[in-house]
Amino acid sequence: MLDLLAGFIQELRAAGLPVSLTENLDAMEAVRHIPLEDREAFKYALGATLVKNNAHWKAFETIFEVYFSLRGAEYTIDEDASEDEITAGLLQQLMGEAQQGSAMDGLTPEELAELLYKALMEGDEAMARALARQAVTRYAGMEPGRPVGGTYYLYRTLRNLDLDGVLERMMEAAQQEADGGLTPLEERLAKDEFESRIDRLRKEIEAEIRRRLVADRGAEAMAKTLRKPLPEDIDFMHASREELSALRRAIHPLTRKLAVRLARKRRHGRKGPLDFRNTVRHSLSYGGVPAEPKFKYPRPSKPEIMIVADISGSVAAFARFTLHLVYALNSQFSRVRSFVFIDGIDEVTHMFEGVEDITEAVHRVNTEADVIWVDGHSDYGHAFDVFWERWGKEISPKTSVILLGDARNNYHASQSWIIHEMRKKARHVYWLNPEPRSYWDTGDSILSEYATHCDGAYECRNLKQLEKFVDILG
Amino acid sequence: MTAQDPRFGSVPEVREGLKDVAYLADEGISGVVYLADRLDKPILVEGPAGTGKTQLAKSVAEMTGARLIRLQCYEGLDESKALYEWNYKKQLLRIQAQRVAEDSGGKWDEIEEDIFSEDFLLTRPLLEAIRAEEPVVLLIDEVDRVEVETEALLLEILSDYQVSIPEMGTVSATQIPLVFLTSNNTRELSEALKRRCLYLHIDYPTLEREKEIVLTRVPEITEHLADQIVRIVRSIRQIELKKHPSVSETLDWARTLVLLGIQNIDAEQAQETLHVLLKYQSDIAKAAKELATA
Repeated sequence: MLDLLAGFIQELRAAGLPVSLTENLDAMEAVRHIPLEDREAFKYALGATLVKNNAHWKAFETIFEVYFSLRGAEYTIDEDASEDEITAGLLQQLMGEAQQGSAMDGLTPEELAELLYKALMEGDEAMARALARQAVTRYAGMEPGRPVGGTYYLYRTLRNLDLDGVLERMMEAAQQEADGGLTPLEERLAKDEFESRIDRLRKEIEAEIRRRLVADRGAEAMAKTLRKPLPEDIDFMHASREELSALRRAIHPLTRKLAVRLARKRRHGRKGPLDFRNTVRHSLSYGGVPAEPKFKYPRPSKPEIMIVADISGSVAAFARFTLHLVYALNSQFSRVRSFVFIDGIDEVTHMFEGVEDITEAVHRVNTEADVIWVDGHSDYGHAFDVFWERWGKEISPKTSVILLGDARNNYHASQSWIIHEMRKKARHVYWLNPEPRSYWDTGDSILSEYATHCDGAYECRNLKQLEKFVDILG
Repeated sequence: MTAQDPRFGSVPEVREGLKDVAYLADEGISGVVYLADRLDKPILVEGPAGTGKTQLAKSVAEMTGARLIRLQCYEGLDESKALYEWNYKKQLLRIQAQRVAEDSGGKWDEIEEDIFSEDFLLTRPLLEAIRAEEPVVLLIDEVDRVEVETEALLLEILSDYQVSIPEMGTVSATQIPLVFLTSNNTRELSEALKRRCLYLHIDYPTLEREKEIVLTRVPEITEHLADQIVRIVRSIRQIELKKHPSVSETLDWARTLVLLGIQNIDAEQAQETLHVLLKYQSDIAKAAKELATA
């Protein structure tokens, strides 16, 4: 047991969770007070002592499943007698006909699909779980020792089950069941319900595949393949769709935190010179003795920000997140103006103004902004040229200019003198690059040519780095 | 500090106990409360606003029949408001009284010893929780509102259940209180604080649990209406909003609908009462639009 826990904690650390020694000891202590048969309690005991950040919970859950999924009676892999009886019993209930013997193995694919549909329709979880297991056996085509990832098996199983079709069918059935059809509201609720059931089934299938893979390859190897970056470490440029939505969810709490921090930083600045008026006023309550000196608190002006972002192809996701973050924080800045470019440049500030929903505004930027001049390949030189000509005079000593992009200029003229001029007028000029530092200045990237004229060029590949930068800005 | 008998026998016992005081805990919540008692560790509770973090502490206090001592955190909280303070007015009086009595000025050493004794100590919530003879539950609410530096105030009490007062020495706990810290996660708490606590994240409840909560908290409601309410709330939580409806807002909404005598919600009624559930105009508009279309 001790070995197992040690391995588990090792894996947590490898996945990037900060687990300290005391927490490790706490976990050992906690486990002593929990009945080991109770998997849920065991999981929460470990979770409460080891995971101190909700964003890490998912990573913890995955690793937990890999390490402890095979232990527990209800998770046996081979369909033993008792299991078979249960499914047979369920089958009888559902189908109303005797399906003895090898229970599910004898079903035709059509029957299986029908059963699945019924189980989902009635929300019968035990049945759905049994069916998920059966579907994996049948469709995933898993062979021991085959070096393919779990996603491949998952894809194969899901393709055969056609869950979208099932959802459609369920919706139709629900429509027919209700007299006179469903109101839009009811329809929406029914759809939500069915979707959540199907989602649970999908998770069940995923877990089943994982369980089998662990049995085949062992926990350590499996955990390694499942290791995923934590939300704050996800790379903007290579994020999958699922990761992007995880990022979007993570950005909201982050903006709140940053806003509080920036506001605090401003308020708790150093004390200023003596405030004579205020001191005299307060001295009256001490009979004219200035017992309580009062000081002026300097109120540093909020910075004005101009964001100039490359929104071509690969860096688009990065620009989107940065815009999102900066606008979510716009109460911390006196004014935010944003410009986007590919080879042409356009101001998009108005798209954010008076808009409550930033996600929608960002979407509009990507579809409506007029950013193509010739061919739609990044041309930093031309974009900066136009920017300087049209908006250059609006840069004031209070303005911080933030340039976003990978500086891959497709071998056009760099026009880096503009950055130089900009820096003379502006408070600061920063460059954020979503590429890893080792890629800078390779190929057509000419970052250092620009960077020499900036106050700083930062690698900004994930939320953690973005957060750090905004702190500098505030 | 003496070892004391555990308060709870098992996890299900915690759960049942909480249920009796109308708090429906899930597996995770009851498990962590049970562990906190066994390991003598504080619980750090995080989660979206209005999911019952503070209520958990109150309910545990009610369940165990303990006194609830609450420290509401805010920016600028310091030790004189959290731990203890010398009652300097009383100290001044004492010194003057001594002077009058002896006229010669008295012996200073005596006075000094006297004025820094317990009679002149004003206990604040943290010290009070430590010194209490009877069982107490200490709730440190919204701990993320204090500055990082002030957090250090809490460390001694959280790990050793004692408070050091320079003039008097160390005050140790006569009994170990159950400690709950809640945080709305407006900033990252320090590692030192987190390390000393068990961590519990309370999220929006599952559909089934929320329905049960509505049924227990709003007894007049019909099962059908409760079911509809939680389904609509779940649907709204899936939309991207500024602020998602919390459990307490769900309950408010349920009460509103009961008061209005509504048995069956249709889209129109839902839209009219959305302002109970959502607090931003843009959110209301968006949700109303979404609910009207399937």
